[in-house]
Amino acid sequence: MKLKYIVSILFIGLFTVACSTDDDNTPVINEIENLVKIQEIKNSSHTIELYNKTGTFNTGYNNITIRIKDNIDNSYLENVNISWMPMMQMPSMQHSCPKSAIAKITNKKTLFEGVIIYQMTNANGSGWSLTFNYTVNGEDYMATDTISVSQSEKQNVASFMGIDDKHYIVALIEPEDPIIGINNLIVGLYKMENMMSFPVVQDYTIMLDPRMPGMGNHSSPNNTDLGYDATDSMYHGNLSLTMTGYWVLNLKLKNIEGTVLKGEDVTEQDPKSSLYLELEF
Amino acid sequence: MKKFFLIGICCICSGILFSQENPSEIKKDTTILQKTIVIAQRKLSNYRQEKTLSSIDAYLEKANKVTMIKRGNYAWEPALNNMVSDRLNVTIDGMQIFGACTDKMDPITSYVDVSNLEQVSINSGQEGTENGHCVGGGIDLQIASSKFYNSGLKTSIDLGYETNSNYKITGLDVEYSSNKFYLATDAIFRKSDNYKAGNNKEILHSQFQKYNFSIQGGYNLDNNHLLETNIIYDKATNVGYPALPMDVSLAEALITSVTHRYRNDVTKIKSLESKLYFNTITHIMDDSNRPDVPIRMDMPGWSDTFGFYSKATLKEKKHNLFVNFNGFYNRSLAEMTMYPNDPNQPDMFMYTWPDIRTLYTGLYMSDNIILNPKESISTTLRLGYHQNKIAKQVGVESLQIFHPDISDSKNRFLLSFSGAYTIKKDRFDAALGIGYGERAPSVSEGYGFFLFNSFDNYDYIGNPNLKNEKAFEFNTKINFKCHALKLGITSSFFHISNYIIGEIDDAISPMTIGANGVRLYEALNHASIFDVFLNTSYNLSKKISFNSSIGYNHGVGSNNKNLPLIKPFSYLTEINYTTQKFNVALQLKGNGNQSKYSGFYGEDKTPAYAILNLNLGNILYLKNNKLVFKYGIENILDANYSTYADWNNISRQGRNVYLNASYILF
Repeated sequence: MKLKYIVSILFIGLFTVACSTDDDNTPVINEIENLVKIQEIKNSSHTIELYNKTGTFNTGYNNITIRIKDNIDNSYLENVNISWMPMMQMPSMQHSCPKSAIAKITNKKTLFEGVIIYQMTNANGSGWSLTFNYTVNGEDYMATDTISVSQSEKQNVASFMGIDDKHYIVALIEPEDPIIGINNLIVGLYKMENMMSFPVVQDYTIMLDPRMPGMGNHSSPNNTDLGYDATDSMYHGNLSLTMTGYWVLNLKLKNIEGTVLKGEDVTEQDPKSSLYLELEF
Repeated sequence: MKKFFLIGICCICSGILFSQENPSEIKKDTTILQKTIVIAQRKLSNYRQEKTLSSIDAYLEKANKVTMIKRGNYAWEPALNNMVSDRLNVTIDGMQIFGACTDKMDPITSYVDVSNLEQVSINSGQEGTENGHCVGGGIDLQIASSKFYNSGLKTSIDLGYETNSNYKITGLDVEYSSNKFYLATDAIFRKSDNYKAGNNKEILHSQFQKYNFSIQGGYNLDNNHLLETNIIYDKATNVGYPALPMDVSLAEALITSVTHRYRNDVTKIKSLESKLYFNTITHIMDDSNRPDVPIRMDMPGWSDTFGFYSKATLKEKKHNLFVNFNGFYNRSLAEMTMYPNDPNQPDMFMYTWPDIRTLYTGLYMSDNIILNPKESISTTLRLGYHQNKIAKQVGVESLQIFHPDISDSKNRFLLSFSGAYTIKKDRFDAALGIGYGERAPSVSEGYGFFLFNSFDNYDYIGNPNLKNEKAFEFNTKINFKCHALKLGITSSFFHISNYIIGEIDDAISPMTIGANGVRLYEALNHASIFDVFLNTSYNLSKKISFNSSIGYNHGVGSNNKNLPLIKPFSYLTEINYTTQKFNVALQLKGNGNQSKYSGFYGEDKTPAYAILNLNLGNILYLKNNKLVFKYGIENILDANYSTYADWNNISRQGRNVYLNASYILF
């Protein structure tokens, strides 16, 4: 075993040395490995590159990596103060969606990241646009373009009205790759204050009852209700999945006082709560 | 631990190699030590049975303490002392082999056929620990060894037919033997349609078909050493299980071994036998023949076992010592794929046995001390190290849903010992024994994941944290002889602590559609099992004899609930007329009302039954050749009945006329 490692280290050393003697160019920083470009949004001075793992925007939770290129010297900006605004143009009005602020990724020189939760889309993916406002060296810039958002196959985001007459959005964040076993379930909960503002809702409780409709609405044990975690402003709980397949995560939303705002218990007559998310693996 | 296992294998290999070059002792002797504590040793294929071609299962069923649990007409599960597979140690010629079905549809007795075996050795309780740890006892299906008969070529052909299920059996044995070398092959083919219960009621999905092929060869290296090899291939297809919601499309086993034997009467070590073996089983459960199922599913399972043993017999004055050092490595994997009725949903998949690796190494010693010609004491001891490992991470994660604190491996140390005192006088003999034994949970009990049990209609979940099951055991055997009358009483009592059984967990929702709920394997504080048999035989004349057997069993747990699958009051009486060339027997057998059934563990009350059987046999000699006929009628009165051991009260065969013919060419 040890010999194997020693040999491989020797080889790595050999090839590394061989490579570095080639030329004296400054090494190109490539920090976007394993990421796929979704789109570029340009203005005359800069190109804003948007990346994620799949290369498309989908309804639900989107974790987006951002890189800004200077169009003149093709270098990537490292110090930018940037914000964004996704917008859905409807026939009669327009509205935005829940989103996070954009922050520099620690340990990366040129990358920024942020989260957008698209709660809906048009059938052909149209309707959404994305606007960036940013400041470089004291100078303000703006870039905007339409974007395409595909409909996710499963319901990973739900937009609903609670009995308190307020609009909420709940979105599935984790598990990205579910396992047979106990999964760390993370869900985002947002309130629609107005068409443009969707702040995080704090300290509510989301009750969880996962079911498999294909198996006579089989449930699983040792799930926990989701509680708010202030460190990442999300709701966390345990989700047990006993097998692969299609699962419905039936939810009930309770406010701080314990009043159920949305969702029902699953019974023989009511196999599904009116508030649910879907999962398939 | 793996080291010990490997060292064991190396020792055996080197032993074989070394001994080949060691032709030191030349004295020839064929004295073999008899095993003393065998409650039943049934010779197979010797034409003394009622049916020469009956299955292993049917042979086993005739032993007093054995009951066969039936889920259909094929692959019955043996129960000994009212304990099933998990509590028994069932081996083929000392080889460990484990069924690949999570629902016990393939007890290993189903992977051999009568043609492969010489005898079956059934040992009750701790006397059955020669090959491994057990609580209920050990069943060893023994392959004939050392066929150096010098008889040249011998061929025999067997044909059988039974009317009830249009059951056809064909067998062929070819054997060549000299003093130096022998080669024996046999093949048997069985095919049965659905059988009919009493009143001509057809039991759907009870058909089966199987063939079995074996080849065995031996070579005499010199007078003390010989090498043997044995390969058994068994394949059953289209096996119906009327008592279960699924059938089996394939149950296939390959069982191989190489054995070295050393025998010497001059040295202290009288014999040394070492074996290396490998067996692999594929078992495919499916429901494609069932018209109506809530959901279609496939449940394949695999079980591979490598192992070795080395047995030595030593004789020193009063002591007859026997030592067996053995080990095995087993891999058990089973999975389940369900196909949703909604084609838009993806297949559902889980591991029902998540690739469990079991490594065992142990040492067994027994000593039979002859105190005087009439009295002897026998003792046994087995020490073992047992390790389970979950090889698939997904297996660990899925079991952590129910047992969050488990890790991927579990080590156990196992201990078993027993002692017995035997006295033999002219008109009376008796044996008194005590024992203590431990066993590790079986793969299903430890690691099963949503195993559906159609008997109580619950899904079962394994528990890796189960403690070893421990049994204290007392047994007695007394026989009286008075002229033509023989009377015998045998009895065993087991006090089992940490008795492993499934307990309902209301909080868990079942996986199987229509199941009542989920049971987690837990341990009862203790349970007691008691059985007693009274056997009588009376010889009216040299030709006419009368036998009878009456049995009573009782089993109760510390929760004051009856244990499941405990045999009710049972009886069998038989009158025989036997001459050299002809025999006839009329048999009455039945069970009493199952008053102490276990409703708590899913049983219902099975009513009493009694059936009548008639067996006849003829032997004809044609020059050098021999023709054996066995024929008769089973369940003459065509009773429609089921017993406590019939899964989901499935009815047993109604009237059946059978004929077996064997033609032996010398």
